[in-house]
Amino acid sequence: MPNFLAPVWVIARRELAGYFATPVALVFIVIFLAVSGALTFYVGGFLERGQASLDAFFLFHPWLYLLLIPALSMRLWAEERKSGSAELLMTLPLSVSQAVLGKFLAAWAFAGVALALTFPMWLTVNILGDPDNGVIVAGYLGSFAMAGAFLAVGGCMSALTTNQVIAFILGAAVCFLFTMSGVDMVLDLFRAWAPPLIVDSVAGLSFLTHFNALSQGVIGLADVIFFASMIVFWQFATVLAVSRTRGA
Amino acid sequence: MSEMIALSGLTRWFGPLCAVDGISLSVNKGEVLGFLGPNGAGKTTTMRMAAGYLEPSAGRAVIAGHDVATQPLAAKAALGYLPEGAPAYGDMTPEGFLKFVAGVRGLKGEAANTAIARAIARTDLAEVLGRPIDTLSKGFRRRVGLAQAILHDPPVLILDEPTDGLDPNQKHEVRRLIADMAAEKAIIVSTHILEEVEAVCSRAVIIARGRLLADGTAEELLARLPHHNAIRLGLASEDSEPARAALADLPGGGAVEVPAEGDGLRVLPGTAPPGDVMAAVMAALGTAGIRPREVYVERGRLDDVFRRITADPADAA
Repeated sequence: MPNFLAPVWVIARRELAGYFATPVALVFIVIFLAVSGALTFYVGGFLERGQASLDAFFLFHPWLYLLLIPALSMRLWAEERKSGSAELLMTLPLSVSQAVLGKFLAAWAFAGVALALTFPMWLTVNILGDPDNGVIVAGYLGSFAMAGAFLAVGGCMSALTTNQVIAFILGAAVCFLFTMSGVDMVLDLFRAWAPPLIVDSVAGLSFLTHFNALSQGVIGLADVIFFASMIVFWQFATVLAVSRTRGA
Repeated sequence: MSEMIALSGLTRWFGPLCAVDGISLSVNKGEVLGFLGPNGAGKTTTMRMAAGYLEPSAGRAVIAGHDVATQPLAAKAALGYLPEGAPAYGDMTPEGFLKFVAGVRGLKGEAANTAIARAIARTDLAEVLGRPIDTLSKGFRRRVGLAQAILHDPPVLILDEPTDGLDPNQKHEVRRLIADMAAEKAIIVSTHILEEVEAVCSRAVIIARGRLLADGTAEELLARLPHHNAIRLGLASEDSEPARAALADLPGGGAVEVPAEGDGLRVLPGTAPPGDVMAAVMAALGTAGIRPREVYVERGRLDDVFRRITADPADAA
């Protein structure tokens, strides 16, 4: 369906160029690389582990994304509505879903670029040892999928407000819920009273649970479907949120 | 099909506030409709509904035969729209921005280049093409918005205050641009500059408090003024009383009054055509031996029409 996708690419290209037109891209990438590196070496004990793997690197990605991805997604719609350009965009001949998808793809591609720039980590483990590169590829794919899910949540939150700060806080808060639901501390609260089915459902909604499976090199169908359906669901919610602003 | 814009019963509520209350109007190809009203009258809301940005609470808008609610893409493809304040992506240059709009509108390659070059030439943007829109003056930004609206040479144009923030020369240019395009398009222009209506519009509507209060040509609107076609006499002060007596029982003429502003006398239009009244006035003054300093037919000003209609909606039709 080239007719559906043609405007999507135009929107995505403009949006991606928008990241690089301002220092946003540079600041984001520098902070992402610096913090992910620092966490890996100093908190994750990358060198002390003595393992030729990127476990210590991927371990912190959910927490890193929790702060950085909402910063990337907060402007997706909030700024558009605040500056009035949403009115222009919505009166061009394209559907809300095309605009939503185009913007999401641009942000996701940008996150992918930032993630790809961590390749020196991969070089390092390959120089120092003999890691299982299949596991590393799975880790990168899992991290990229998780970034997409975080972005989809954040983009939806951005469509709910015209204020970027609120968009950031909402995005981080919702992402936090979806991350923490896989932590033992939270699950223990449920284990005390709830049947296993509920505990598993709560744990099953967590980015953490699914990402950990992928980053260990196990590309399970359930995890892939989880991230894919998270992205689709939140895209759909974003379309509703954007449409609501035109509401009668 | 000559009816290019058709709004019927457009209504929009914002919570308990009715911003637009059942506005119906139509614009044919070749017409430029002036959209007048005080600030907050509902002009922008009406235009947003016509352009498909806001959904109406009731009523419908049809652009070039396409219902905006059920065939939004076809309606939007036929429409060039300049939103209020001419929003654009401030980090882009006018050139990049126009390329983006061309891309979304499905213009490719040579067709896109031709369209962009024509829009740039018509809005005189060549000198700022490479500068970020954020750094441009208000006038240039408005022209970028206009260029975006006319880019695909649409049959329908809706322009929300296209001359706001422009200097007199630029206003003149934009009006000329609108006049140039008028013959083959249907155009709605909102403004609160009334001289603009006489300069570019073939018809005007006046709305206030969300309601359509008047619809007609500038001449028809002016005819609503009691002074329209009245005969105004400039007289030396000692001639005022004798003249008043001489004009008192003019055949076919109306009452004679002393105008609230200025001096002299005013003969209100009566039953006879203005030309006959004028002849009778001149004859009566000649008989009385009074020589007026000036004589002219008052047309009235749209400002007065506007004030009369919008200030007191109770007695407006």
